[in-house]
Amino acid sequence: MKWLRGFGRFWWDFVIGDDWRVAVVVAAGIGATAALVAAGVNAWWLLPLVVLLALWLSLRRAMRSA
Amino acid sequence: MSTGNAFLVLSAFLASGVEFVEALTIVLAAGLARGWRSSLAGLGAATLVLAVLVAILGPALTAIPIDALRLVVGALLLVFGLQWLRKAILRASGYKALHDEDAIFARELADASGAEHVERAGIDSYGFLLSFKGVLLEGLEVVFIVLTFGSAQGSIPLAAVGAAAALVLVAVVGVAVRAPLARVPENAMKFAVGAMLTTFGIFWSAEGAGVDWPGSDAALLGVLGFVLLMSFVLVRLLRRERRTQLRAAEVQV
Repeated sequence: MKWLRGFGRFWWDFVIGDDWRVAVVVAAGIGATAALVAAGVNAWWLLPLVVLLALWLSLRRAMRSA
Repeated sequence: MSTGNAFLVLSAFLASGVEFVEALTIVLAAGLARGWRSSLAGLGAATLVLAVLVAILGPALTAIPIDALRLVVGALLLVFGLQWLRKAILRASGYKALHDEDAIFARELADASGAEHVERAGIDSYGFLLSFKGVLLEGLEVVFIVLTFGSAQGSIPLAAVGAAAALVLVAVVGVAVRAPLARVPENAMKFAVGAMLTTFGIFWSAEGAGVDWPGSDAALLGVLGFVLLMSFVLVRLLRRERRTQLRAAEVQV
């Protein structure tokens, strides 16, 4: 059990890292892109904007805690 | 070579190069402090584990339909890449200490020199484990990057060529200088890798979600330009904010 928790912790730190909120915003952005595509909008522009927002919010949190 | 493939080789080379430089520092520290036999045994064992992982995961990934693969791999790369980019921006703007290979080497060497000596089958356990863990952890990042980049772009061998070229270069220079490669511009490389991981992540996850990029693969250049511009603007904004904070702290003192 301890090994399994350690394994999960390792992959969480490896992929998600210090700020899990970035992953949440990115997942929401990909979901919104897929929804727009399904509605007939070729939303190639959405994800770059979502990335800018996710990065800016995460950096602001890091700046405040520095 | 297409834009996508050229990016693939370059990204795998840069990302793997950074990881190999870090692994070399640990192997050198283990070798100098605990003996080369233990350090090289750890290096060999970790390489074997990584090779088994690639042999199992590589063919498994190629069996997944490309759109589903790009969606999942793109999302993973995007989150992973934003982690790198975030740290690189914080380093470049002074909010986080720069990566210093010499300092890491000195710390690892001091820790390794002070540890108890326990020998099994002629191999020092601490030296073996230090080298094994270091190479395995850094190597896992290389495996992750090569497999995700390669499978999503449809050519794991091409990504492996980029990683192998980085391995040969770091190994040759490492053996020649027998010191940590502190003169490698690691912070700049980490910035470049973060930008490339984020670029590929945006490109593939959007494609996986059903988007048709204007200009097809050539859109990668546009996305990279956007990511670089965004990063430089954020670095400038954060630097300005950092200077204001430091000035305010000086006034208070």
